[in-house]
Amino acid sequence: MDFSWIFPYRDLILQGAFLTCLLLVISVTCGFGLAIFLAIAQVGKNPVARWLAKGYCTFFRGTPLLIQLWLIYYGLGTYLPYIPGLRTSFLWPILREGLFFAALALTLNFAAYQGEILRGAMLAVPKGELEAARAVGMSPAMILRRIWLPRAIRIGLPTFAGEVVLQLKATPIVFSVTVMDLYGAAYKIRQDTLLVYEPLLLVTLFYVGLTFLITQAFQKLENAVPTRR
Amino acid sequence: MKHLGKALAIGMFVMAANAHADIRFGIVNEAYPPYTTKDASGKAIGWEIDLMDAVCEELKEKCTIVDVAWDGLIPALESKKIDVIWSSMSITDERKKRIDFTEKYYSALAGMIGPKDGAMGVTAKELKDKTVGIAVSTTQSAYFKKHFADVASEKSYATVDESFQDLASGRIDYVFADTGPLKEFLKTDLGEECCEYKGNVEPDDAILGAGVGGGVRKGDDALREKLNAAIKAVRASGKYAEFSKKYFDYDPY
Repeated sequence: MDFSWIFPYRDLILQGAFLTCLLLVISVTCGFGLAIFLAIAQVGKNPVARWLAKGYCTFFRGTPLLIQLWLIYYGLGTYLPYIPGLRTSFLWPILREGLFFAALALTLNFAAYQGEILRGAMLAVPKGELEAARAVGMSPAMILRRIWLPRAIRIGLPTFAGEVVLQLKATPIVFSVTVMDLYGAAYKIRQDTLLVYEPLLLVTLFYVGLTFLITQAFQKLENAVPTRR
Repeated sequence: MKHLGKALAIGMFVMAANAHADIRFGIVNEAYPPYTTKDASGKAIGWEIDLMDAVCEELKEKCTIVDVAWDGLIPALESKKIDVIWSSMSITDERKKRIDFTEKYYSALAGMIGPKDGAMGVTAKELKDKTVGIAVSTTQSAYFKKHFADVASEKSYATVDESFQDLASGRIDYVFADTGPLKEFLKTDLGEECCEYKGNVEPDDAILGAGVGGGVRKGDDALREKLNAAIKAVRASGKYAEFSKKYFDYDPY
């Protein structure tokens, strides 16, 4: 076992760990926001919105994440430069980076899974609670805001924790679109130093550690929200 | 009695010859045209395969090809899954610490391609504030770190093929690689339309290596000597020039 490479490569490793965390935070927060709309659309009465949301979830849950990422990065990303003026605009420094497309693909994918979970959770909220809310004169929007969504999120919380962990473990594929995340850093170190196992061991420890932190955080969150069973 | 001894000796010799298994050539399974690539049926083709066939013919040995990922080549050699690395691996000091090399069988010149509207030349002046696509952990990556890292930024790709796509769509300003695959890309429709050859970088043998050779296990001198002799013979017999003509308009040696 040779770990002498850690010091010379510390910047690369730390930067990679930062990017991994950044991608996780962006995709989970934005994805969850999008998922709320997807869930509401699916349990709502508007048929167009319902079918659009259903189609979206089916598409993103039914195709491999790697293919989605490559479709977005090499497909969409390749045609963007042909939009006149885009290459000289202030957006171009962002749009030429793989990070933007990686975050986009991870977000869209996470939203699809989360939207489906949240839909199930919304349907699992006891009817009596919603009827009670209606009976005291709450408007539909208020019921959604105060009763339906908060209860659904609480019901879905344990599943949500699992999804975040899965999302963390999905992030290494971003290396395939030039984002030097933690796995990318390990890959580069492996190639530079010709060491096979040691860099993988380091990132394994990191992923396990982060998973532990995520599950602990959700455990705290679950305990903090009072429930009556 | 004399005859019996002779027969035994011959028998043992034949057995020893039979016991000698095929020489397993480890070839990278990512496409690296024109040196190694696969045809539609999955058969390995390319300049390096032609060279391998010629070398094996010279050795009168049976050779088999084993597909290995680029980063798995040296581990595969060390764990005896393959006997030779035959996959455009430059002979560098860093790699020599782990494996031995045959004499070089071709010279890899390092150069850059870029979009047609950019300036010619590849010195620190032209590269200032540009983004350069480089396949991860190649000799070019090490070269970049030493010579250009303070003026330009590097973007790492798993294979050089992926960087071509990004060059064409303007995400990177240059691709830095061996001239062989760069020129091959410029022959494609995409390459012809977007890009042109910008020039070779200043030589730096310590990093870019003294050419490309076959890699063998440390201490496997018997095989190394045999391969050296065979490469020399293929070169001398004119066969080398003959199959090189199919791929290059210059002598790759």
